[in-house]
Amino acid sequence: MLEKFTEIRGRAVPLRGEDIDTDRIIPARFMKVLTFEGLGKYLFYDERFDEKGNPKPHPLNDPRYQGANILLVEAGFGSGSSREHAPQAIKRAGFRAIIGESFAEIFFGNATAIGLPCVTLAPEDLAILFQAVEENPTLEVEVDLVGKEVRFGGRTAPLFIPEAAREALVEGLWDPIGELLQAGELLDQFDRRLPYPRRSE
Amino acid sequence: MGKTLYEKVWEAHEVRKLKSGQSQLFIDLHLLHEVTSPQAFGMLRDLGLKVRYPHRTFATVDHIVPTHDRTEPFQDPLAQSMLEALRQNTKEHGVTFFDLGSGNQGIVHVIGPQLGLTQPGMTIACGDSHTSTHGAFGAVAFGIGTSQVRDVLATQTLAAQKLKVRRINVEGKLAPGVYAKDVILHIIRHLGVKGGLGYAYEYGGSTVEAMDMESRMTLCNMSIEGGARIGYVNPDETTFAYLEGRPYSPKGAEWEEAKRRWRAMASDPDATYDDVVTFRAEEIPPTVTWGINPGQAVPIDGRIPLLEELSPEERPLAEEALAYMGLRPGQPIKGVPVQVAFIGSCTNARLSDLREVARFLKGHKVRKGVRALVVPGSEWVARKAEEEGIAEIFREAGFEWRNPGCSMCLAMNPDRLEGDELAASSSNRNYKGRMGSPKGRTVLMSPLMVAAAAVTGEIADAREVFGIGR
Repeated sequence: MLEKFTEIRGRAVPLRGEDIDTDRIIPARFMKVLTFEGLGKYLFYDERFDEKGNPKPHPLNDPRYQGANILLVEAGFGSGSSREHAPQAIKRAGFRAIIGESFAEIFFGNATAIGLPCVTLAPEDLAILFQAVEENPTLEVEVDLVGKEVRFGGRTAPLFIPEAAREALVEGLWDPIGELLQAGELLDQFDRRLPYPRRSE
Repeated sequence: MGKTLYEKVWEAHEVRKLKSGQSQLFIDLHLLHEVTSPQAFGMLRDLGLKVRYPHRTFATVDHIVPTHDRTEPFQDPLAQSMLEALRQNTKEHGVTFFDLGSGNQGIVHVIGPQLGLTQPGMTIACGDSHTSTHGAFGAVAFGIGTSQVRDVLATQTLAAQKLKVRRINVEGKLAPGVYAKDVILHIIRHLGVKGGLGYAYEYGGSTVEAMDMESRMTLCNMSIEGGARIGYVNPDETTFAYLEGRPYSPKGAEWEEAKRRWRAMASDPDATYDDVVTFRAEEIPPTVTWGINPGQAVPIDGRIPLLEELSPEERPLAEEALAYMGLRPGQPIKGVPVQVAFIGSCTNARLSDLREVARFLKGHKVRKGVRALVVPGSEWVARKAEEEGIAEIFREAGFEWRNPGCSMCLAMNPDRLEGDELAASSSNRNYKGRMGSPKGRTVLMSPLMVAAAAVTGEIADAREVFGIGR
């Protein structure tokens, strides 16, 4: 049985910027790997480190946000390539949920498939949350997937997530492989019926 | 009421509803490459599963392949290990693999259509976002992550959510020197990089109907840059003519039957769409990017926008882009110096792209100080270009003629920008660091515009450089 995600609580790290693409989340050169292990250390590598590997100013390098487990982002997060390496790196860097304004579709699907919930807030609520976290990095933030709200500093904001993804996460069905396999013989019917590329010679 | 191609394909492939409310969707064709598949095979092994229908799965190697010296072992041991993992995995599971030197190796989105693997009405998935390319044939084709690659290997299905469909009409005749690449950059510039979220894009109208298949592939390829996971064109006689006689295309009686089936898959004339947008071909100029996403683009004659011309939401990213690119608001894009010129990628490395450039490049020389590379999309494209004398035209002009692969587009092989070099590129992404240097800069444009930049050493209007239509 997979883990059920009903509520995630912790501190959040604010990452400003629209349309942050997966090349920035994890540059392509770190994808020359056969497993996802260890990808966490390359998260936002080129934004966090200079050519010599020295840290640059970046929220993820900021000591005040060390240990945060919720990533706060703006609109269009995760655009670009289909690399699952991107959500894998975020998860392996210790993040348990992402709150943003909107997510690119493949990124959203990849994140959900590995049990990393991505939820959105209305822009005005998100702006308040950003400000609150920037003013008080120790602020506790709660992502409640059952009550469908985000709570912080005495406020509550309704969260949005496609119902299919929410149910999958809450019920611990976020990895669909088991259910897909249950189709069994039905798959063979589709395989027999639907054409596929055939080489005649 | 009429249906769209998307709806028809969806209905034909929906195995059942899942508890989550998503659908289990059967995938006709699964394409693999070396970067996003090894972890999926690893997961398969951990679960004790096999590739369920190997006859529906095809693999090649493209992202990590050196384009200069392909002698094995590669100088990069990580790249070599990825190639070997794919060889081993495909062998173990009985999957067809188009290996280096097979004559069919190449960028996965170039070889699918070229071999006739890509066919109308299919669902096609691949662990690569530019799978949308195959939509040019009237297939529902989209990029997936590695966990989904595992799902498709194990079950030939995946859990999917139905999209809305936006019809994008392009009407009229493109001016000389204006190509599909300009059309898609123009569309993304106007609809935005997030404009397609939640939509499949159906491209149509007289401009698209008049396009050849390879232009349609360029158009569909960059749907993902507009936020749409899927882009497609309804199959027609142009599609059938392209497919006829290809190695994996249906033959004989099957061919006639296939054409009947494919025609019926096209969107009905009275199909309803969730949204309709129309562009005029005459209003589309050669278009180039100036920023750090493909939506930050301007006509070649245009200026980089002033901040006050942009909406408040667009400004922070514009400021970030200007700082990164080293450009000023209001500056003409024409004349910006270029250090690298790259013709290649799954967007524009097909034979027709190379033919078109060669037609104009003949007799011109790459400007001193510009590093110019042309990387054909596949071994087949390279071979044909050699036979037709195209390769020689590029070499004589001062381009490096390389071996096929993804190359500089994402720089997982040794081809990359150095420092803050600026590349005129026919690829699809101008993200920060995309071409392998954390400070490297990319300006996207059509292949002919890349050639014009190579010749002049700056961003230039190919119509002026090569005397087209003026």
